[in-house]
Order: sequence, then structure tokens, then C-alpha cells
Amino acid sequence: MSFLFFFTLSFVLISAVLAVHARDLFVSTIWLSVFSLMMATNFFILDAADVAITEAAVGAGVSTVLFLSALALTGEKESGKRVYRLLPSAALFTLAVVLIIVSLEHPRLGDPSAPVHQHIAPWYLSETPVLIDIPNVVTAVLASFRGYDTLGETLVVFTAGIGVLSVLGFRPKRKAVVTAAQVSRRTVRIRDHLILRVVGKLLIPVIMLFALVVQFHGEYSPGGGFSAGALFASAVMLYGILEGADRSIKAMPQLIMLRLAALGASIYIFVGIFGILLGSNFLDYSVFSSNPVAGQQLGILLIEFGVGLTVASVLVMVFNAFAGRDTY
Amino acid sequence: MDTFLGLYNYWIYVGLLVVGLYAVLLKGNYIKRMIGLGIFQAAVFLLFISMDKVDGGTGPIFSIAQDATTIFANPLPQVLILTAIVVSIAVTALGLSLAIRIKEEYGSIEESDTLRADRDE
Repeated sequence: MSFLFFFTLSFVLISAVLAVHARDLFVSTIWLSVFSLMMATNFFILDAADVAITEAAVGAGVSTVLFLSALALTGEKESGKRVYRLLPSAALFTLAVVLIIVSLEHPRLGDPSAPVHQHIAPWYLSETPVLIDIPNVVTAVLASFRGYDTLGETLVVFTAGIGVLSVLGFRPKRKAVVTAAQVSRRTVRIRDHLILRVVGKLLIPVIMLFALVVQFHGEYSPGGGFSAGALFASAVMLYGILEGADRSIKAMPQLIMLRLAALGASIYIFVGIFGILLGSNFLDYSVFSSNPVAGQQLGILLIEFGVGLTVASVLVMVFNAFAGRDTY
Repeated sequence: MDTFLGLYNYWIYVGLLVVGLYAVLLKGNYIKRMIGLGIFQAAVFLLFISMDKVDGGTGPIFSIAQDATTIFANPLPQVLILTAIVVSIAVTALGLSLAIRIKEEYGSIEESDTLRADRDE
């Protein structure tokens, strides 16, 4: 364990404590964003590049924007009324003590003889070049060996998007017409800051291009549908922040986002059913082509596209539902 | 000293778990609870990702620079957590949308206020 890792691990805990402790929820959210970024650094140090890229895009990026747009509707101050409840506090203390005692039995960090490295992981590492022949083993396991899990997770994301729409309503609530006097009394919006608008807009195509690289290069380098979807959504969110949510809703209407989310999940399911039609199992891609390895690669490309489509459109949909609520 | 450094990541995980649960159980503000839930989930991510590390290893991506002695990290925990991160943002979004609706109905996102409003009805 290097000194850097020691520092980033400690800083994660400190920022978590500060996020929970801060009375101002805006400050809390920013600490949570710092927390996610340090967590992504930790993941990278622990050799999990795919996870790090996803955590940075989702935790530090998308999640912060969602929290901030929720805070704009709910208010930023916590009342700070402390609830002293003896039982939960005692339970938390006991939990901490028990977990620390248990941790003494854990294998040390990086121990190659740990049980987790003995059973299935060596098989994935040795068979991926033979069966699928793509360099990124994480993508191979995610999209092919454990494709059922990933299908489930994609449907969970889709369901959450539908859940948000059913809680907040499909169309943003239309408030009474804003008079000119009210507009002038409004605080200055980001739309009025010329430098932020120009510089910020320059970033949007770069982020989208990077999202496409992460999406379609995910078999060769860290990345894949989940992180690419979050990156693409963050580009749209940047547009919404700079130009106002009414314009981002106009550019990406909720109905189209909903249909794209459903389309992404359907692509995944139909790729699975296609395997059955060709005489093999659900989500077995090796029958897609006369060469089983090429079939696997085609299948992975298709379902990663489906995942990216669903994740991106659900996140855009959620952002529009949150941020569009007060602009009408 | 070796034990301390080898287990430090587990202790940070325990700390994050307790801090997150503390916010979920003992804070009255619904947004603060969602922040706590996020920290709680991240604690579990750290536990899983800690498991994948192998000393002297590298990320599980093949490259032309590797040879027979190259050691790779365990890809399986990474896959599980990669999908879990995206599910966690879905959970956060749903929780926040509930908080927004509660604010609109009750005019507050403090548990004490909503409980009082329910009692007074």
C-alpha cells in the first residue's frame, strides 16, 4: 500500500463525515462530490479502471447535478433538530465493533492466496482470450459470461426512470405565466454569463465524443455502456445547466427519452431472444456468426449499445424531470 | 505495521458504513438521508473493489506489453460493482424525486414536520 493510497482512503472517510455533518445541504452535496471523486481515485489505485471511470462520471458528475437540482426545489437548510435515539446509536456502535473484529480475519489487501482469487476468476482470465478474444476482461464478463445480471441491472435502471416519471408526473407542472417584473427580480442565471456559456458549450461536443469512444472502445480499453451512458447524459446536463432546463427539454423531449430508454432495454432482450431463435440459449451470442468468437464480439457490441442507450436516456429523463419542474 | 496497512481499507469501509447508516437512521432531513444512503452504498463498493487487488498485478485488460508472468486483478468484483454504481444513481434519483414530492405536499423535507402534519390531520 502506497502513501498515496493511504491518503486517498483517509480523505474518503473525512469527506464522508463532513458531508453528513454539514448543516447546509449545498455544502453536503459538494462534499459528496469530492467523496465520489476520491473514491474513483481509490478504485483506480486498486486496479479497477472500469469502475473508476463509472464512479467519476456517475458519482462525481451526474449524482451531484441531480442533488443540486433537487435542492433547488426543496431548500438548502437542514433544520438540524437532532434525533437522539439510543437504540440506533447503540446498534451502529455494535456494528462497527463487530465489523472491525471480523476484519482481523480478512485476507490482507492484495494477498494472492485470498479465497476470492481461487475459484472462478482464473477461469475468466484464461478463457476470455479463447472464447471471446477481447482485451477487456471486465467487459467480457459483464456482457457475455454474466449477461443475465447485466440485463437485470439495465431493467432496474429503466424501472427507476419510469418510477421517477410516475412520482413527478410526465409533463412538468406549468406554473402561472411569469410577468416581466418577476423576471427582472429573478437572480442572474447562468444563461446570462457569457463566458461560462461560451466555454461550457465548447466542452459539450468533447464530452459527447469521449462518451462515444468509451462506448465503442469499451472492449479494448476501460469503459462500456454504463459509463458511456452516464457521460453522454452529463453532456446533456451541462447543456441544461448552461441554457436552462426548458431548452434541454426542448432538445431532448421526455417522450423521446422514454422511448429511447425502452428501445435500449428492448435491444438487449431481443439480442437474447435472437440467440434462442438461432437454436442456442438466451443471450448466447456465439451462434450469431459462423465464427463463434466473432458472434460473441457482435453480441457484446449490440448489448453494450442497448445498455448505453437506456442509461443515457433514463439519466437525461430524470434530470429533465427535476430541473424542468421550476422553470415552467 | 503490515497488518495495519493490509487491513486499513477494511477499517475505512467500516467507517463509511457506519457514517452512512448514521445519516440514514439519525438525521431527520430526507435529502441528508439520501446522502447517507449514497455513502453507505459507496462503502459496499469499496469492500468489493478491495477484494480484486492482487499484489504486483494490473487491471484485467490484456495488452501487447504483457507476458506469461503478468498478474491481473480479479475482474468479477469489478463487474458487480460497475453495474451497482449505475443502479445506485437510479436509487438516488427515485429517492430525490420522492423528497421533491414530499416538499410539495408538506412544505418541508424534515421528518419531524411531516410526522406532525400526519398526526394533526
